[in-house]
Amino acid sequence: MNWTAIRAIYAFEMARFFRTITQSLVSPVLSTSLYFVVFGTAIGSRIESVEGVSYGAFIVPGLIMLSVMTQATSNASFGIYFPKFIGTIYELLSAPVNFLEITLGYVGAAATKALFIGVIIFVTAFFFVDIQVQHPVAMVAFLLMTCVSFALLGFIIGIWAGNFEQLQLIPLLIITPLVFLGGSFYSVTMLPPVWQTITMFNPVVYLISGFRWAFFGTADVPVALSLAAIAFFMVACMTAIWWIFRTGWRIRQ
Amino acid sequence: MPAIVSVKKLRKAYDTGFVALKGIDLDIEEGEILALLGPNGAGKTTLISTICGITVPTSGSVTVGGHDTIRDYRAARSLIGLVPQEINLEPFEKVENSVAFSRGLFGKPKDPAKVAEILKLLSLDDKAGSKIKELSGGMKRRVLIAKALAHEPRVLFLDEPTAGVDVELRKDMWNVVADLKSHGVTIILTTHYIEEAEAIADRVGIISKGEILRVQDKTEMMNQMGRKELRVDLTQPVDAIPDALSDYKLALSPDGRAVTYTYDTRADRTGIRRMLNDLDAAGLQMADLATQQSSLEEIFTSLVKEQQT
Ligand SMILES: Nc1ncnc2c1ncn2[C@@H]1O[C@H](COP(=O)(O)OP(=O)(O)OP(=O)(O)O)[C@@H](O)[C@H]1O
Ligand SMILES: [Mg+2]
Repeated sequence: MNWTAIRAIYAFEMARFFRTITQSLVSPVLSTSLYFVVFGTAIGSRIESVEGVSYGAFIVPGLIMLSVMTQATSNASFGIYFPKFIGTIYELLSAPVNFLEITLGYVGAAATKALFIGVIIFVTAFFFVDIQVQHPVAMVAFLLMTCVSFALLGFIIGIWAGNFEQLQLIPLLIITPLVFLGGSFYSVTMLPPVWQTITMFNPVVYLISGFRWAFFGTADVPVALSLAAIAFFMVACMTAIWWIFRTGWRIRQ
Repeated sequence: MPAIVSVKKLRKAYDTGFVALKGIDLDIEEGEILALLGPNGAGKTTLISTICGITVPTSGSVTVGGHDTIRDYRAARSLIGLVPQEINLEPFEKVENSVAFSRGLFGKPKDPAKVAEILKLLSLDDKAGSKIKELSGGMKRRVLIAKALAHEPRVLFLDEPTAGVDVELRKDMWNVVADLKSHGVTIILTTHYIEEAEAIADRVGIISKGEILRVQDKTEMMNQMGRKELRVDLTQPVDAIPDALSDYKLALSPDGRAVTYTYDTRADRTGIRRMLNDLDAAGLQMADLATQQSSLEEIFTSLVKEQQT
């Protein structure tokens, strides 16, 4: 294992993040604050509580997940797409590194950035609502797994993308709707029965439900199922990446 | 001595079906400078990319330092430094960080002193902290070289290192190459400039349409090229060259109206004056004189033409 190379890629990517730290952090903090103002205060004042939790607090896990998923995906996809776009990928391809090392470097960095933003939002939330975390270890575990698995997904998108439009396409067309419809701002039990069934095909439901359970101890689906879903998602992404590097798909000619 | 880079029956067909390399065999000796000359689209970049792992060979094999570039890619690639033809660099990155990144990518421990030394070698020491987008084209090319040298490779591939580089900088680069050679680094470079091959290479390889037409010691090639012909037109045709002139190995034209003398421009004496005197003494009257030189360019174009027919 070429740990030096992994560290080099990781540090290089993190340096990019810190170069633009203000932009990287301001926008998620700002948009989260807006969500709190709109959903938490304006709408929340009319909704008493959801499953015994004030509405403002109830949306916190969903908000964190929303940001973490989009950030992990976009950071990882950009991270690997950019070298392809400007041609510096030649260096990765001619270096004594394998697919696992390249993936660890890029995905690790993207996941770290997403984690940063997740934590920032968590802290921001403290200023707006009272939140307690019943299962802190589970919370951290869910957060980490989400960061990693969506960074993996982003990595695949970045390799697949042939232009900047495609890079934006999947996050916009698939991830955002799935997250919004995945119970970020409501409990699945609030939906009509038909939609409750349909919603179960949305993988994001399992993640948000598990994450929310870590906060409040109530979940839409069993926690074990949430864990299984995220593990499955991660393995699926890893397999896809392994195949990509094996065949050189979209990278090596 | 076994070759440091050994290319065997290397074929590359791109996805488009285009065959860019048609079974290349090439052995590169440790410590030599090999210049690859060839027209646009000859397959120079493809050959280098395939050795370095950027493209996958369709068939055939390559070893570097005895390590197969596919089965044993880590060991093979660790020995190689690559300077690509295109200037591919991260615009917002600082020069020193970019070079340090390359070093890390090849698994070498951090060594700011080494990075500084490499930047100095390429006269980039005053640009270490600059962003790459703030550099001129020639400087960027040197950054690419610095990146390739960052992990102290044993074999360096330079794909048209002096394209778009001014004369002075080109000389600087030749010095860098000479310096690396003196440290035992094997260098393979592609170029369109024949003077460049003459100036720095030990051997010259001519490649065209995916085939190596000739790989030859530069001096041997220069000897062919250094030869010049002197044609003397005679006022009166002769049947044969007089015996008194046999030392000069003159060639008589079929109509007997001209003799051709071949000489080496770089010899101490060309023997032209003596030959002309002897010609006079033998009673041959000259009507006109003409000289012509066969250049590497001519050898090159005639080889490439030969292949086409
Ligand atoms: N990715 C690719 N897909 C299809 N064909 C390609 C690809 N890359 C190169 N080729 C073709 O392979 C041939 C060799 O290209 P290559 O870049 O190796 O030439 P070269 O000798 O480096 O030329 P130049 O002196 O212009 O740099 C060309 O005909 C080119 O069109
Ligand atoms: Mg080329």
